[in-house]
Amino acid sequence: MRWKPRGGSMPGTSSPAEGAGVSASGARHPSWQARDRGTGRWLVSGPPLAYLLVFFAIPALIMVVASFTPPGEYGGLAPLFEDGKANLTLEAYERLAGDPIYWEVFAKSVVYAGITTLCCLVLAYPLAMLVARSPRKYRDLLMLLVILPFWSNFLIRVYAWMIILGPQSALSRAVNAVVEPLGFEPVSLLFSSFAVLVGLVYVHLPFMVLPLYANLEKHDPALLDAAQDLGANAWQRFWRVTFPLSLPGVWAGAALVFIPALGIFAIPDILGGTEDTLIGNLIKQQFLETRDWPFGSVLSIVLTAIALALAGLAAWVSRPRRTA
Amino acid sequence: MALLEIRNVTRRFGDFAAVDDVSLAIEAGEFFTLLGPSGCGKTTLLRMIAGFDLPDGGAIVLDGKDLAGDPPERRPVRTVFQSYALFPHMTVAGNVAFPLKMAKVGGAETDRQVWAALEGVQLAGKADRYPHELSGGQKQRVAIARALVTKPRVLLLDEPLAALDAKLREQLQLELINLQKDVGITFVYVTHDQTEALALSHRIAVMNHGRVEQLDEPSRIYGFPRTRFVADFIGHCNLFDGVVAASAPSGGGSLVDLDVAGLGRIRTLTQASVPAGSKGSVAVRPEKVRISSSVTQGADDNHCAGHIRDFLYMGDVTMYVVEATGGQRVEALLANSEAGRTKFFEAGDAVEAAWRFDAGHFIPG
Repeated sequence: MRWKPRGGSMPGTSSPAEGAGVSASGARHPSWQARDRGTGRWLVSGPPLAYLLVFFAIPALIMVVASFTPPGEYGGLAPLFEDGKANLTLEAYERLAGDPIYWEVFAKSVVYAGITTLCCLVLAYPLAMLVARSPRKYRDLLMLLVILPFWSNFLIRVYAWMIILGPQSALSRAVNAVVEPLGFEPVSLLFSSFAVLVGLVYVHLPFMVLPLYANLEKHDPALLDAAQDLGANAWQRFWRVTFPLSLPGVWAGAALVFIPALGIFAIPDILGGTEDTLIGNLIKQQFLETRDWPFGSVLSIVLTAIALALAGLAAWVSRPRRTA
Repeated sequence: MALLEIRNVTRRFGDFAAVDDVSLAIEAGEFFTLLGPSGCGKTTLLRMIAGFDLPDGGAIVLDGKDLAGDPPERRPVRTVFQSYALFPHMTVAGNVAFPLKMAKVGGAETDRQVWAALEGVQLAGKADRYPHELSGGQKQRVAIARALVTKPRVLLLDEPLAALDAKLREQLQLELINLQKDVGITFVYVTHDQTEALALSHRIAVMNHGRVEQLDEPSRIYGFPRTRFVADFIGHCNLFDGVVAASAPSGGGSLVDLDVAGLGRIRTLTQASVPAGSKGSVAVRPEKVRISSSVTQGADDNHCAGHIRDFLYMGDVTMYVVEATGGQRVEALLANSEAGRTKFFEAGDAVEAAWRFDAGHFIPG
């Protein structure tokens, strides 16, 4: 109802010419814009598409073909065509199907990746929440600290764990100083499943923090006020409001941790003992040591299939539902 | 004893007193409004009643019990937030059931109460919808149902209609009045919209700079603003500053003659006695001022001659600005209700403005 006095004519009697001027200069794009939009789009998105095609889709296809090819005499692959007919075999698949030891390695890899994902979630959630609820001016700095480890080489960081977990380390001595007086054998932290898991969690933690933070940071603080106002204590506010709303972030983080952890070979190579062979190590062996490319391809394909199946399962479990 | 008592409550942010020694007593069943411009402390006061903020001094007492030690989740007070704050991952029914779940009400009883609360806001048909599937007005009604379902002692409403368009706002205002009458729960309503406050409230506390400027019924707030701020903030008001020339007791108050620069001597009423020579203003609502092209003054009238300087046509009414011969401007609001007429005067017309002496109201200072 605030108003400022205005002199002159009655409002609402603007001249017809004025009205026409508005519509003439209004919402029509010059024709060159529409014509060139398609070309521009392909110019921008073409290179990354071509990149993915050449370096992802085609190699994946080669791998599928390799899995049906007999191994070459000196490693690699036998020629695809021999004596005028296709040289294809199911040998590699039969070998995988016939030997349970490979399935045990697959199962162990899934378990390790699963434990890694859970540990990362438990560690990353409070961290992401802390950052998301810090004053805005500190958030970028805190997130920078989270990704700071990426600034040093991956292998160097894993080798650092060899020193931290090694028999002469303060940590090992401290553990054994507790364990030995209790009458147990001295334990070796390094070259153990424990070391592998520590390494896996350490390396993958930022991949869980980032999507969780991105999700939590967007939560409307008024929702927590509302929950508290409606009688929810701190735990209920977390469990009934914050956590369900963060599930997309949890799933994104879980995928970013689980899938790489499933195929990783460097960490079990460096930190694991002899029985800590994971599927990544096995695949690496097939290509670099045994030089059995077809079998390595089969293992890779099955690994990809398992990852896809688990991702599909997760998508199904987390599908939107009408629940109260 | 009042249901909710605000006793000398102060809240400081650094050197700035957002709420400055405010005392209020809100009765059971009352529709009470805190009205003021942004930054006047009304929302801070509301958040302290809800428990989201604590006073630096004073006490908030509900049913005779000091609330200081109770966190928000343990206060029998619910808030309707301006942003609705509906839980996006829950259906309408899930949102309304939330406070019942927190209170550990059983399943069948919860269903019954959720249904009743949704019926109360005409949303029973939307129980399975998610908040993003609702219109703004529907979301607001869900927020109100959710806040009322546990029958709180006091419902706090923080500018609940501010995000809605004018038509819908009017409709929801009517619904709020009826709802409050039906449930009989005390409403404490925060708004910066004076028409909303006037339309809804039993009583209004007009706040400015952390203090209560005036606490009264809507008609008295509008008709008898106690300070210049209230007169100016609530609706339009002519404020003529002057010096008291004479003052005579009349009834419970005084009859005051005021010398106003550019206007002459103005007669008006006041509740208190005013000494001659003191300064003050006369507040006259534009709709109380009559303008005519011929002199039609009565004995009880203040009047002045002048011409139409500006006017603002608003459809149902037209606001005219009359410039008196002495230079003072007088605003007059005329209804355009006479058949066959769209307006009465043009800019430049010579007119006479007049109002009864008891249409005005003296504000000291």
